Amino acid sequence: MAGVSKRFGATQALLDVSLQVDRGEVLALIGENGAGKSTLMKILSGAYRADVGTMSVGGASYRPVRPVDGRKAGVAMIYQELNLTPHLTVEANILLGQERGLAGWVRGGTHRRLAQAAVARLGQPNLPLDIPVGQLPIAKQQLVEIARALVSDAKVLIFDEPTSSLTEEDTAALFAVIRQLRSSGMGIIYISHFLDEVAQIADTYTVLRDGRVAGSGSMAAVTLDDIVRLMVGRELSSLFPNVPHAPSEPLLTVHQLSGADAPQDIDLVVRRGEVFGLAGLVGAGRTELVRCVFGLDAVRAGSVRVEQVGPLGRSPRQSIRCGAGFVSEDRKEEGLALTMSIADNLTFTRLSLHSRLGWLNLRSREEEVRKWMQQIECKAVGPQQAIGELSGGNQQKIAIARLLYQQADLLLFDEPTRGIDIGTKAQIYRLMGELAAQGKAILMISSYLPELLNVCDRIGVMCRGRLREVRSAAQWTDEEIMHVATGRETVG
Amino acid sequence: MSQQSDAPSAAADTKHVHVTAIIRSVISFLVPFIGLLVVTLIFTAINLPNGWFLTIFRMKLIANQTATVAMGALGMTVIIISGGIDLSVGSLLALCSVSLAAMLRAGVDPMLAVFLVLSIGMAAGAFNGVLITGLRLVPFIITLGSMLIFRGLAHLVADQKKIQAAEQTPAWLANLMTITPPGSWKFISTGAWMVVILGIVLAVVLRYSVFGRYVFALGSNEATARLCGVNVPRMKIAVYAVGGFFMGIAGIFDFNYLGKQGDPTGGDAMELKIIAAVVIGGGSLSGGRGSVLGTLIGALTMTVLTTGCNVVGVSDPVEKIIIGAIIVAAVAIDRFLHRGRN
Repeated sequence: MAGVSKRFGATQALLDVSLQVDRGEVLALIGENGAGKSTLMKILSGAYRADVGTMSVGGASYRPVRPVDGRKAGVAMIYQELNLTPHLTVEANILLGQERGLAGWVRGGTHRRLAQAAVARLGQPNLPLDIPVGQLPIAKQQLVEIARALVSDAKVLIFDEPTSSLTEEDTAALFAVIRQLRSSGMGIIYISHFLDEVAQIADTYTVLRDGRVAGSGSMAAVTLDDIVRLMVGRELSSLFPNVPHAPSEPLLTVHQLSGADAPQDIDLVVRRGEVFGLAGLVGAGRTELVRCVFGLDAVRAGSVRVEQVGPLGRSPRQSIRCGAGFVSEDRKEEGLALTMSIADNLTFTRLSLHSRLGWLNLRSREEEVRKWMQQIECKAVGPQQAIGELSGGNQQKIAIARLLYQQADLLLFDEPTRGIDIGTKAQIYRLMGELAAQGKAILMISSYLPELLNVCDRIGVMCRGRLREVRSAAQWTDEEIMHVATGRETVG
Repeated sequence: MSQQSDAPSAAADTKHVHVTAIIRSVISFLVPFIGLLVVTLIFTAINLPNGWFLTIFRMKLIANQTATVAMGALGMTVIIISGGIDLSVGSLLALCSVSLAAMLRAGVDPMLAVFLVLSIGMAAGAFNGVLITGLRLVPFIITLGSMLIFRGLAHLVADQKKIQAAEQTPAWLANLMTITPPGSWKFISTGAWMVVILGIVLAVVLRYSVFGRYVFALGSNEATARLCGVNVPRMKIAVYAVGGFFMGIAGIFDFNYLGKQGDPTGGDAMELKIIAAVVIGGGSLSGGRGSVLGTLIGALTMTVLTTGCNVVGVSDPVEKIIIGAIIVAAVAIDRFLHRGRN
């Protein structure tokens, strides 16, 4: 593909991106969260259309509109979340959407031969074809999906974070399959942010950063340190207002906390007047950690306490009573009730402030909501406007103001600046500094390293469910954070 | 990702969005009214050679015939706004109605019997709510099951036949659905007035109470409600109990309407009429939207249709087809008006 660009409203998701993968080659596509990898994937598969730019497969121009176009042109994707029908058999899944038959009747024999040929090409002739896919382990399910791509005669195979839910053993097996496919002349794009894996499997690389190609070339010619530099190297603007604040006594104490899957054995203390940042890659268990603390996800072991108030981690209701507040990373699905008004969304956690015996005083509530809207500079027509009609930045301001309204002392922010404009980002950073200065404790998850390094007092880095290392922000560099987050040994 | 500030145009944009939002909400508020008006006008026009369609007597009759469905639909409005559904209401209506008849025949004090019937309604609703939250199954499945359970209970209570209780019914209970004589200040029957009054109460509760806000929050986004500390299971149980309470009253109406008898086969397909009333009135089955006024207009529209078809001599099968088409059209228009939002 050459010169591909894509804008979403004010956001330039991709700009002038070109990449090339040859037959019998594995290209690693590398980038931080939000660098544009998934947008690129969606353009390749036809889910989005590029604003500018061209693509071609095997010399023929390729302009996908629907997912089926990709298959016809020989482009197949293996998504992180597998696309399988768990109740159907392995064979039925391999041939799903490509059934061979006569007048709607499936030809069993042909199917069996095609499925067998596909699993044989994978070097997995022992994969059982007659059991429901749902009964296979994840690693085998992935093979079923790859086999499906082979049946459709794919020339280019794209893997999106294929190892994120695999064990090391399974990963090694998958790499054997990928090498087999490469030697059979297939072009493979391998998307991952585990750099060690990339080093093992890829021949060439392309690094994306902020929607642009930051660098590309042969894998043999670079060190992983070079790639990390390409991933994070960006200029810092005057985005981060400095509000002086000083950490004092501990407010949140997390002891040996484990959740269902992630996190594992977390020990953590956040003080009043402190902004604590959690860094790590998607899937490292940061969100799960904060959700366990707030009581949204089940806690398997360990304890969470707010000093002098009581235990957290039981239910959101209990946590709110103990003075904790949570801003979800997913505004649309969880954080806000989009069809309801600004006033409702702002005051839901503490309607009791404006009600007596279960009856609301709408007028006094509206007055207070107006005050908050002014204070956080929320651009809207009035408290009764549906929150779904506001811009992302203004929605997020309301989601954060909800915690201030409920007078929370412990603020849990999950990606508080995702998908919002720079002006609002700066406002939110300043607000966070002011809140810390008032003696509140803030625990923030972010995938945007400059934000963590400039806003937080201390930063902890998570990888595969564990909190690997905590240092004061001044003692981290973005490259060091990436090293720890990608599971490499700590440097220096 | 690189981003630019959207500050300069945001204010103008917001205003524009808001104006269209207001226009849209006004239109979607008016749609049920317009529907009712159009239906009435059509019948008036067809019937003009034979005389006026909406005579005073017919208006009283329509109010009376709407009362049972409308009462049930008030409860269903709460359930549907909260993002749920209750298919068991028709069976519950029969259970309440036969229970009332059986208790009156057994010599239970009528006041107490009415109180117990309302309790049965609430308990049955709470039963649904407990199963839905306890088993974490969708309300459609749970209430599909309880639809059969309640129907079976109704037959057990009635010993599989109708229970006649006209002699044991005191006047205050017996006259709930009596058409008022010409010139009466009440104009419509006591039962129809109860629908109006409870409708107003419910509308106020939905708008001005914490419970009401939580009902909308639950339907708009359950995850948000949970995150904001709403006790989601308790709210759901309460919502279905409220629905059951209204079905208890509807059961008492039906008992009256059938000539003071409890019929274990009564209320057949009533759940569909009740759900249709809410949906015609702008309620969304995905939750978060619905209004008392809309629901009452929806229930009225269906009765006007039935009455009108009878008056102008449209046959029963054709009438069914028309009502079905109206339901689909109402939802399609509603969807059209709300598309592109969120």
